[in-house]
Amino acid sequence: MTEMVTAQESPAPLVQVERLCKTYGGERSLLGAAKPQLRAVNDVSFAVMPGETLGLVGESGSGKSTTGRVLLQLEAPTSGDILFKGSNITGLSKHLLRPYRRDMQIIFQDPYASLNPRMTVGDFVSEPLIVHGVCPNRSERQDKVAALFRKVGLDPAFMKRYPHEFSGGQRQRVNIARAIALNPAFIVADEPITALDVSIQAQIVNLFQDLQDELGLAYLFIAHDLSMIRFLCHRVAVMLRGRIVEIGPCEAIFENPQHAYTRALLSAIPIPDPDLESKRHPIAFDVNANLPPQSAVLEPVGDGHFVLRG
Amino acid sequence: MKPLLEVRNLTVEFNTASATVHAVNDVSYTLAEGETLGIVGESGSGKSVHALSMVGLIAMPPGRVVRGEVLFNGRNLLALSQRELFDLRGKEIGFIFQDPMTSLNPVLTIERQIAEPLRRHLGLSASQARKRVVELLELVGIPDAERRAGQYPHEFSGGMRQRVMIAIGVSCNPKLLIADEATTALDVTVQAQILELVRDLKKKIGTTVIWITHDMGVVAGLADTVQVMYGGRIMERGPVRAVFNDPRSAYTWGLLKSLPHGSQRGVKRLYQIPGNPPDMTREPVGDPFAPRNRFATERCFRETPPLVDAADSVSGHKVAAWYDLRQELAKLEAASHD
Repeated sequence: MTEMVTAQESPAPLVQVERLCKTYGGERSLLGAAKPQLRAVNDVSFAVMPGETLGLVGESGSGKSTTGRVLLQLEAPTSGDILFKGSNITGLSKHLLRPYRRDMQIIFQDPYASLNPRMTVGDFVSEPLIVHGVCPNRSERQDKVAALFRKVGLDPAFMKRYPHEFSGGQRQRVNIARAIALNPAFIVADEPITALDVSIQAQIVNLFQDLQDELGLAYLFIAHDLSMIRFLCHRVAVMLRGRIVEIGPCEAIFENPQHAYTRALLSAIPIPDPDLESKRHPIAFDVNANLPPQSAVLEPVGDGHFVLRG
Repeated sequence: MKPLLEVRNLTVEFNTASATVHAVNDVSYTLAEGETLGIVGESGSGKSVHALSMVGLIAMPPGRVVRGEVLFNGRNLLALSQRELFDLRGKEIGFIFQDPMTSLNPVLTIERQIAEPLRRHLGLSASQARKRVVELLELVGIPDAERRAGQYPHEFSGGMRQRVMIAIGVSCNPKLLIADEATTALDVTVQAQILELVRDLKKKIGTTVIWITHDMGVVAGLADTVQVMYGGRIMERGPVRAVFNDPRSAYTWGLLKSLPHGSQRGVKRLYQIPGNPPDMTREPVGDPFAPRNRFATERCFRETPPLVDAADSVSGHKVAAWYDLRQELAKLEAASHD
């Protein structure tokens, strides 16, 4: 199945996950009763090409954030493999994982909670440079941080300020500056614009696009705003209760959705146009009555387009 | 139609030790009976605070209604005592808040929580209230209502809890229902069901609704009238089609233009409104959007534009702007052809 999903033309995938599972609970308590088991991520396989944006959508509890966290080994997978540039990095020790950490970064939803309120934003951005021993020279490091600030559209004069002095959009720019400080190849962006004001979302989305063009970044873009996903992503994977039910090129997913859940999800997006909106009819989908059986497999339905059937 | 709600010159500020936040600045509008008003705006636009302050739900101090009147069925709400407001809230004006988990009491059954306003406001007996609770849960589409009524909030999913909140909001058949980001925390599929439910309730019981959100799509599908707020002011308001199809405020225009829409193959960048949201601790001078507005004139920075009828548009379409957006857009269009 992995071969199918990654069977895109030419270049080798940057990141691959194969049959990834993450299960919570299930352990036996002292009295012998087993806690209920939750398969947060259930047999998930996909690949991200260099310079590609893969969108991961699904509702809360679908396992999309957990997938991102397990992929970065912020949590250990229950089973399955994670490959970076072809080498298996699953379960590596902290020490052995360290060189890979530079290449794989994450940006979170809440731009304030992810900043350290007692650290100037300049120090915050330079921290990974210190940790990884890049630019040991202090003034060189300052220059590097100033360049990062300019790159994300912040005035380097802000480096001495604290997070509370910034708006949400500016804070997210600070987080992005830190994430790109070590020249990563891959960034997991977990709902990075959800908490931002509407007039700021476009700014940050454009910044993501610009950085991709400039630095050749690949993104795993986790979101529930499907219209933004459509704009931003090359390919999209739809998750339902821990499983990928459909994955394919962005336009194929939006123009020709095959799974009933994908159709329901797409039909539920409100359209900011009163004329179109009055004609929109959401399709109902009962998740509990339509849970894919464990034996279901992703079958090809088009070029690079797969749907879970079983 | 006769107005149910008239807001006149509502101005609200918050005084803290270090600064004064000018949250709502001179907001005036009327809402007709049976109308659905969608209020859109970003954080700090004053959209939530203005609604909460109308019914005494902001902490005072630090909050303070500086001036204004809010006439609800002819009564000035701002002149009512806490006691009178207490009787009014939940009975004549129902609320649905954003977060159903924090708005429900985790140690009381759903039945207790829905029954409370019924017993207090409508004086129903325990058995009458119980019957009505089950009816309400059925009304908002909760299956197996009889059994579910006896359960606790944690036994409900997010969507189901929001349905419970709506049941509480409409329990006393309020004349006005105010929903503040009521579907923001929900998944889109659940949101679609809740919006369907609200449309249904409007048909069945004719409730007047104020729906506060940042989601232009939700407003497009639900509202009769849309009101766009920014920096504590109304920038534009009018029938939903007029505002969406023929916006006259540069802020409304920018917001709509910055949204991704449908297939945009080959488009690499979204239109972006430059700058950051306004600092609400500054004394409001001029048009609050002026610093981010490419069409701003010198006057926009000095003088606050009044909300007036938009030229050559439908009745009720109003805009607060010194510049003429249609003219500016025509110029832009001409320049792009040169």
